[in-house]
Amino acid sequence: MTRARELAAIAGRPVVELARAHTTVSVERAVLRLAGVSGADPDGIPWVNRLVDAVAADVGLSHGVAVPVFDALAREGLDDLTLLAQKAAAGSVRFAVPEKSRTARAAARKHVRAGLRRIDRRRAERERLVRRHGDPSQRPWIYLIVATGDIYEDIPQAQAAARAGADVIAVIRSTGQSLLDYVPEGATREGFAGTYATQENFRLMRAALDETSAQVGRYVRLTNYASGLCMPEMAVLAGLERLDMMLNDSMYGILFRDINPVRTFVDQRFSRQVHARAGIIINTGEDNYLTTADAVDEAHTVTVSQLLNEFFAHEAGLADWQLGLGHAFEINPDVPESFRLELAHALLARELFPDAPLKWMPPTRHMTGDVFRGNLLDGFFNLAGALTGQGILLVGMMTEAVVTPWLSDRDIALQNVRYVLGAAGNLHEDFAPAPGGFIQRRAHEVLGSAVSLLERIDSSPGGLLAAIADGTFGIMKRPADRGKGLDGVHPHADDYYNPATEILEDRG
Amino acid sequence: MTKTVVRPYGDTTGDGMVQLSFTLPVPHDKRAEGAALQLAAKMGMEPAMLVHARQMGDGYTFFVVYGRVNHVVDLGKVNVVERDFPLLTAKDVNTVVKRRLRRKLSVVGACIGTDAHTVGIDAILNVKGIAGEKGLEYYRELKVTNLGAQVTVPELVEAARVEKADAVLVSQVVTQRDAHLTNTREMSAAFREAFPAARRPLLVVGGPRFDETMAGELGVDRIFGRGTTPREVASYLVSALVPAGAAG
Repeated sequence: MTRARELAAIAGRPVVELARAHTTVSVERAVLRLAGVSGADPDGIPWVNRLVDAVAADVGLSHGVAVPVFDALAREGLDDLTLLAQKAAAGSVRFAVPEKSRTARAAARKHVRAGLRRIDRRRAERERLVRRHGDPSQRPWIYLIVATGDIYEDIPQAQAAARAGADVIAVIRSTGQSLLDYVPEGATREGFAGTYATQENFRLMRAALDETSAQVGRYVRLTNYASGLCMPEMAVLAGLERLDMMLNDSMYGILFRDINPVRTFVDQRFSRQVHARAGIIINTGEDNYLTTADAVDEAHTVTVSQLLNEFFAHEAGLADWQLGLGHAFEINPDVPESFRLELAHALLARELFPDAPLKWMPPTRHMTGDVFRGNLLDGFFNLAGALTGQGILLVGMMTEAVVTPWLSDRDIALQNVRYVLGAAGNLHEDFAPAPGGFIQRRAHEVLGSAVSLLERIDSSPGGLLAAIADGTFGIMKRPADRGKGLDGVHPHADDYYNPATEILEDRG
Repeated sequence: MTKTVVRPYGDTTGDGMVQLSFTLPVPHDKRAEGAALQLAAKMGMEPAMLVHARQMGDGYTFFVVYGRVNHVVDLGKVNVVERDFPLLTAKDVNTVVKRRLRRKLSVVGACIGTDAHTVGIDAILNVKGIAGEKGLEYYRELKVTNLGAQVTVPELVEAARVEKADAVLVSQVVTQRDAHLTNTREMSAAFREAFPAARRPLLVVGGPRFDETMAGELGVDRIFGRGTTPREVASYLVSALVPAGAAG
């Protein structure tokens, strides 16, 4: 285990160096959001986008936006950044990199610090509410998804789900949002297979769940996504609106959304620094490996990804209690001993990361539309979760791949969870696999394959980025010079300045 | 002579028994149970037995009903798309393409629109395949270009042109607001506009919620529904694109 961690650190370190030497449009927009820019133009393009684009057009982004923006603000005699963005969009402001940047730096730091203080206050507020209403009485926490596309439909569904026992509500995003290079504005009522993540939607849902938390006497957590092209901004908005968990994976966007690897690693690092500050629990996306590749053959890629996610998360300042490392129950049920294999994989994750609240994901690939068999499979999934002490359990739906869950599907699924946790919730106290038995041997085998894969990555000349380019993870090949969002990546100039990173890394 | 009229089967031939579950937006009480039975009767279940009722939240009740339906189905009047091509092995597909086409058959695949679910197209195209059957990338004589998710129709048309596609495979999983139908119509119209009829690639769409009989209406050559395997798709491509009897 120590060896596996060392190897992950060797693979991760050059990527961190790369992330430290670059910025992206979304990182810079996140800085402006922290400094207080909000709202959008009449076409719905956020003012942060307009402002960053205007700065990029005049002086590029290699210096960061903070200095050019606050320099222009002073020159124009303004004190409102959104007004400056409006003027910039109209073409009446020019941006420059002043020779003496001390004043602009100080002003930027002051504004961004105010934004981070708002996030700090929301974190303190969460801690207070958790003390007042309490945490769920059981582990794992029960995690349930809503996704109607309409925030005003999502709210009553989420509240009903919380009353029926859900501890964590996740609002699935509209299909395609991960590839938008801006964050939509306002309350939204239309989405495809999900609801747009916007600051206003965050606020509305959090307020509704606060109401329900008080009713049910338990703090109900809210989850959304810091993934895709706007990871850093999503992290800021989540911090400002007191979301409690965010999906945030180090490689998911690269592998599954074909987002440029450098863009992803830069965005990911900044977003995790913000999450660390906001006290948000991240959920990583290892379940996705198993939905595209074989869950037995590729089990070790999950372990490798968990180790990398852990390394990058610690580097960004996240503590173990904030690491909802993902894994999933996706072995073909027709494979002999499939349940024992699942237990071996789940226990391996538990033992490798004893202090992390592991996120246990239900079967999706082998849900065939046979809802009766699906409900049985979900029961076994729930049992595996109880047996192996998982931290967060995403409730499986027997109608997976058939419809977005109906009210009755959710009710049946929650009955399933409640039955298993009620009947066997503490079984992990009694359950220890036989020494040298099938489960132990399988766990060792997977860990061994993970170590070999990490050794292969570390010994290849191009390291992790080359491994991603070669299709080591899944069969998707993702070279570092391709993929979506590459044109939004900029190397730091010597005078690059980012007040948010400075404060988050405790240098300011 | 085979019987063409059949009834649902519970445990005795001709008993007509079915099970049904649904939710009504009412709290659980006597009246709710009566309402559930009324619905069952209107659906042709007579007599119907209410075997389970459970209230969910404040104002909804879930019901399970068993009963006998008075409907019959006439197998002679069932309209489906039967497989009208021979099912070949990967080896046979390769041999036919090599002997008769004498070049690789070019296939371009994508998920179009905002649909990010590549699970369908990947199951058909990736070497990994599905249910133990390898995908089209595994077929030596097929040249496969998988564009992945969220491809726009113009991008797809362009890729088809560049790759000299013999066939274009489109997967659509998301069906909210009938997005799969709208996207398919848009795609087929664009191909008709961009290519002369004789040079237009074969258009194939697939997804779990398509009605296989709608190909003509959507302007595509073939629709594959849920449970389709790579081998069926490969066999279809060969039968539709490689002229029979040319050689071999």
